[in-house]
Amino acid sequence: MTQQRREEERAAVVVTGISGNLGRVLAKQLHTSERIIGLDRRPFVGRPKDVEMYQLDLRKKKAEDVFRRNKVKAVIHMGIMHDPRMSEEEHHSFNVLGTSRILEACAKYGVPKLVVLSSANVYGPSPDNSNFLTEDAPLMAASRFSNMRDLIEVDMLAQGFFWKQPSVHTVILRPVHIVGPTIKNAPSNYLRLPRPWVVAGFDPMVQLIHVEDAARAMIQALRPGPKGVYNVVGPGEVPLSAILRELQRKPVHVPNVVARPLLRTLFRYRLAGFPPPELDHLQFVCAVDGSRWEKEVGWTPAYSMREAIRSVESEEGPPAFRQRA
Amino acid sequence: MVESLGDRVQRRMRGWTESMAGEDLAARLAAVGRTKSEYGVDPFGFSLDYTLAAIAPLVWLYKHYFRVETHGVEHVPPGRVLLVSNHSGQLPFDAAMIGLALLLEGNPPRTIRSMVEKWVPSLPFVSTFMARVGQIVGTPENCRRLLEGGEPILVFPEGIRGISKLWSQRYQLQEFGLGFMRLALETDTPIVPVGVVGAEEQAPALFHLKPVARLVGFPVFPVTVTGLPLPLPAKYRLYFGEPMRFTGRPDDEDSELDGKVQKVKRAIQGLLERGLSERKGVFR
Repeated sequence: MTQQRREEERAAVVVTGISGNLGRVLAKQLHTSERIIGLDRRPFVGRPKDVEMYQLDLRKKKAEDVFRRNKVKAVIHMGIMHDPRMSEEEHHSFNVLGTSRILEACAKYGVPKLVVLSSANVYGPSPDNSNFLTEDAPLMAASRFSNMRDLIEVDMLAQGFFWKQPSVHTVILRPVHIVGPTIKNAPSNYLRLPRPWVVAGFDPMVQLIHVEDAARAMIQALRPGPKGVYNVVGPGEVPLSAILRELQRKPVHVPNVVARPLLRTLFRYRLAGFPPPELDHLQFVCAVDGSRWEKEVGWTPAYSMREAIRSVESEEGPPAFRQRA
Repeated sequence: MVESLGDRVQRRMRGWTESMAGEDLAARLAAVGRTKSEYGVDPFGFSLDYTLAAIAPLVWLYKHYFRVETHGVEHVPPGRVLLVSNHSGQLPFDAAMIGLALLLEGNPPRTIRSMVEKWVPSLPFVSTFMARVGQIVGTPENCRRLLEGGEPILVFPEGIRGISKLWSQRYQLQEFGLGFMRLALETDTPIVPVGVVGAEEQAPALFHLKPVARLVGFPVFPVTVTGLPLPLPAKYRLYFGEPMRFTGRPDDEDSELDGKVQKVKRAIQGLLERGLSERKGVFR
């Protein structure tokens, strides 16, 4: 009884979206050193016993109760949905309202630290991009891909919050494409295709980060130092063709003029899992400069480029997490 | 199979480059060194292996078609430098020839970057070729980043205005952009003026077809005497001037910067006049 009481008094790290593939990796890295309270609509499969879990919708009142009843020392907000098949309205409401509720709770209950997961994709691939975009580059992704609006809005909400609530140290992380054995986002799924499409005559530089490294970056953001927006880069950048070669894929070279209408039709009839604007990533660079993050937290990824690329293939689960001394 | 064919072609092409440029080129280049990943490219997508294969036809043009003659390559200082040149000829062979001059005749050899138009990355095949041979989209951020990394950069401040000049405008420098001067001041980079004689006559353009340009999405669509913008075998003469150093505030008024830019422009004009007076004809 007394032990349980002591547990409740220990300040917790609230993690939203904990049941996702990235969330589970993060929970496994963090639960030995911190008390974790997970919030998600989905059940947490394979939950470590010491992770407290509330299966709820961030937009509901019950989410606030978690903050009222517990001492929260930090929030890691990953509760953002990317499903190109979901209705835009539901998508938008879940992502934007959910984020606002979390921000409100942080302000109201005096949470000292907030880490928001955004993405380097908010800049958007484009032919006139600089080769390495810094944090102050405009977020142009929605100009060509309207589904990106939510993610940009979440990023902007968090930035606004950073300025309005200086008492909450807000960190917005924009990692490059996250890949890993359990990850099911567009880049990882694409790299798993045996015969992936490439746009004929295009071979952009691509940046990847291993999911374990992405989770570790979010945990490092909990430290007192970092504040503001950071691009997070993995082991560097390689041409798309080199990645496909490493994975021994046999790419299908589709001319640009055919690729878009064809993919639109295939996507509409559910024969392809990628919405047509994703083709931009196969044509143009959307690479970022991660030096600010590297300097301020001394960041070095633990996984090499080869390991990150190959990680999409290993089915047996993530390799043991390697701690850097 | 396509890949193994590609590899074979690449080896063959590289052999061709080496037979023309001397086999020690690769060794001399390797000694210069440039960071690259385990996949053989640098962070901007430059690949030395690809470049040595892909430039073979350009080396042939350099040696046997344009018969390039260089003057003053030794003026190019080590470390970061902005090479500022006149631009002409409808297709950017002038950029390729300046690049090759520094690669083949520079001591040590330099692999220069040039800043390409923003529409280049939207062109299939061209975009990949340009990235692998070290050409970068001309944004100020890219230029700053490369200069800070100590790279030589080639800029054409006339841009499209220069390359698409008509026959009647040859050797008349068009309006210069000011961006390169801001960057030079900001990063304290020396400027080497470059005069290219010969390219201005390689593809005489009579007029521009604006509706066609709009239709195909090109910035301009010149109509040349040969019908196509393919170059005639004009003899190239490249003149590298003394390095120029400027001091001042990079965020100064345009009029203030323009004064400095005019100095560079006059230096290039001087090199062009020297080249024109020294040559005996367009093709020799």
